[in-house]
Amino acid sequence: MDGLNRNSNGAGSWILENLVTIIFVAFTLFGFMVSSGVSVGYFFSELSSRVFRNSFLVLSLIIPVLAGLGLNFGIVIGAMSGQVAIAIARYFEMGGLSGLLFCFAVAMVAAAFCGYFTGKLYNKTRGQEMIASLIVGFFANGIYQFLFLFVVGVIIAVPATHPMIKPDGIGIRMTVDLVPVKQGGLKYALDNIYQIPFVHALLIVAVGLLLLLAVRYWLNIRKGRSYLNSPLSLVVNGGLCLAIAGVAIHAMVTKSPLMMVRKVPVVTGLLIIGLCVFTVLIMKTKLGQDFRSVGQSQHTAEVSGINVDRTRIIATMISTVLASWGQIIYLQNMGTLNTYNAHTQIGMFSVAALLVGGASTSKAGITHAIFGTILFNAMFIMSPEIGQSLFGQAILGEYFRTFMVYGVIGVALGIHVWKANKKSRIMVE
Amino acid sequence: MAEMNGNGNNLARASRNLLGDIGLPTVIIAVFWVLTLVAGHFVGISMSTLVSDTIKRAGMNGILVLAMVPAIQSGTGPNFALPIGIVCGLLGLVTAIEMDLTGMTWLLTSFALALPLAAAVGYGYGKLMNAVKGSEMTIATYTGFSIVALMCLAWLMIPFRNPKMGWFIGKGLRETIQLDAVGGAQILNNFLLFTVGDVIVPTGLLLTFAFFAFLVWLFFRSKLGIAISAGGINPKFAQAAGLNIDRNRVLANVVSTILGAIGIIVYSQSYGYAQLYTAPLMMAFPAVAAILIGGATASRAKVSHVVIGVVLFQGLLTTALPVANEIFVGTDLSEIMRMIIQNGIILYALTQVKRGVQ
Repeated sequence: MDGLNRNSNGAGSWILENLVTIIFVAFTLFGFMVSSGVSVGYFFSELSSRVFRNSFLVLSLIIPVLAGLGLNFGIVIGAMSGQVAIAIARYFEMGGLSGLLFCFAVAMVAAAFCGYFTGKLYNKTRGQEMIASLIVGFFANGIYQFLFLFVVGVIIAVPATHPMIKPDGIGIRMTVDLVPVKQGGLKYALDNIYQIPFVHALLIVAVGLLLLLAVRYWLNIRKGRSYLNSPLSLVVNGGLCLAIAGVAIHAMVTKSPLMMVRKVPVVTGLLIIGLCVFTVLIMKTKLGQDFRSVGQSQHTAEVSGINVDRTRIIATMISTVLASWGQIIYLQNMGTLNTYNAHTQIGMFSVAALLVGGASTSKAGITHAIFGTILFNAMFIMSPEIGQSLFGQAILGEYFRTFMVYGVIGVALGIHVWKANKKSRIMVE
Repeated sequence: MAEMNGNGNNLARASRNLLGDIGLPTVIIAVFWVLTLVAGHFVGISMSTLVSDTIKRAGMNGILVLAMVPAIQSGTGPNFALPIGIVCGLLGLVTAIEMDLTGMTWLLTSFALALPLAAAVGYGYGKLMNAVKGSEMTIATYTGFSIVALMCLAWLMIPFRNPKMGWFIGKGLRETIQLDAVGGAQILNNFLLFTVGDVIVPTGLLLTFAFFAFLVWLFFRSKLGIAISAGGINPKFAQAAGLNIDRNRVLANVVSTILGAIGIIVYSQSYGYAQLYTAPLMMAFPAVAAILIGGATASRAKVSHVVIGVVLFQGLLTTALPVANEIFVGTDLSEIMRMIIQNGIILYALTQVKRGVQ
């Protein structure tokens, strides 16, 4: 949460910088005030399963931002690659952990292939990557549908009796059941490996974060970089962790409604943490430094001998592959493959979540991603409730939610560009 | 011999010039359209129906595509925020229904109501585009999306009482409003409608499109229009010449938004239904694709591009649907083809945008 607590010059600029985040926090709190129907247990069950489902996808957006490509709406291509892998596994009735690993492997190959060409495209549309990434997602959707509605059935013969093929023998059904893992399918193949109660997870996360804070503080002092330690942010973050730990212990002792919250998948959580660590570590390697310098100025990077085009392609490939894995994690949790809809919204929702966490087109970190995912999904759960309790129509809340998604992206991008333009104008003058 | 060679070179150059003028995408789509037409002929689809449908669909989409011209010429790029104009038009349209008007009065009132609204909203949108120079296309897209989502709330909460457009139970407007009920369906199409053989020519619709196309053509020959184009070609030079670029860009976007509003009313009357809620969300993309197919780029566009593009694109879509359904029974190949062509052409145009490394 460093991003939130970092001091800026003046309250006005701080508010502008975190406008989107502030709106979301206020909206969610407002939701709790007006709606009486949401129980704590329900809210946290929904929230935790959504966060575990979506975090990986949101995290896959970070590297392109750091490499100066902006927000990669093209992760839908990764998502489609993941779905192709899942469809293959489902067709040959692979399941369980081995089936899941097969999906990861196939998705990686497919996504790396697509990511390479997407990266090439971004190099040709320099300066317009974000609109290009949005449109290339639509374009890829056409190819995806061609593959699933035409190639399967017309070109590749498939038996019409297969449960995932449409009754007329051409194309894949709208929804494909992924079969629970106990019956040899893919549903919960990752989540069901090991689960622990929600409050235990909460306690572990709080203690883990506290330890991380302490280690970082100690390391900074030892390396003579104690100026990096801000006592204020340490106190706030430490206090928050302690408070969460306190709530968890209190819940365990008093058997409060928090104990009723659905269990938490450990392996999925470890994968998410692993990706966080990967993202932090890769930025410390040579490649990561290249990402950063390309992101800051392509011209300077080029002059200092970095192959800019190649670096940008690698960043896109990593993002696409991670997104394909993220989509597999998402789908094994959903349990059904919505063949033609599951991927379409992924790009926008993930980008909106990242922006809600306080990221922008040129700045993003794991704290933005995780915090944004939590906040964004909290809003997603509360919206229909607000619509219901204020206007008596849940659909109103759903429309409002869609508006928030688009609005957040528009406002966050708009503020960013506006500020950048203002800065360059001042520099020119 | 030498002369022959020279002739040959001239011929090659002439054909290259012709191709250069028309543009590769235009040629590809045109060839593709002719191929589907031939295929359609062989599988026994009535040509006159195809031609009638093509004319009708080109006419109904024409003004929406025309809205791209001012935006592109002024340098803001294709108007991906076309849904803003569209919801203004729809608002004018439903307000006119609420006033219990019918027939031609309804149509003209819709125009009259939508026009000032679109002008006001277009002004704000133009200001926004000036604030975000360099990323207009991305932000325009999301502005359009946001407005459509916001209007979903408005359609649901708007206190209109006319039973022709309300749900049978509950509040708010219906998702699709039948314009038959106000005598507005195909009102322009049927004006002076005649048939040549089996081909139906919706004169009124074509006249409306031609009228607005002529207006836009005329506008870009006026002093103001030329100033707008100049600002689009080279902003720095135009600024040095004493032109007010920012004001011109705002003006161009006002015109574009107004054309979007008028365009959707013409579209709806021809379609026979007004589609509210999320229907306008994706409407900008086919319009952008059409003008690009016609030969425009992301920074230059002419009225001729609109006419060529809308006939080719809508012609191809109209022809492909029955032909593909006939040849590959049980598939939805035409919709897939639309997605690939429409987005492929936009991507192609984006790769042609010349802009320095930031």
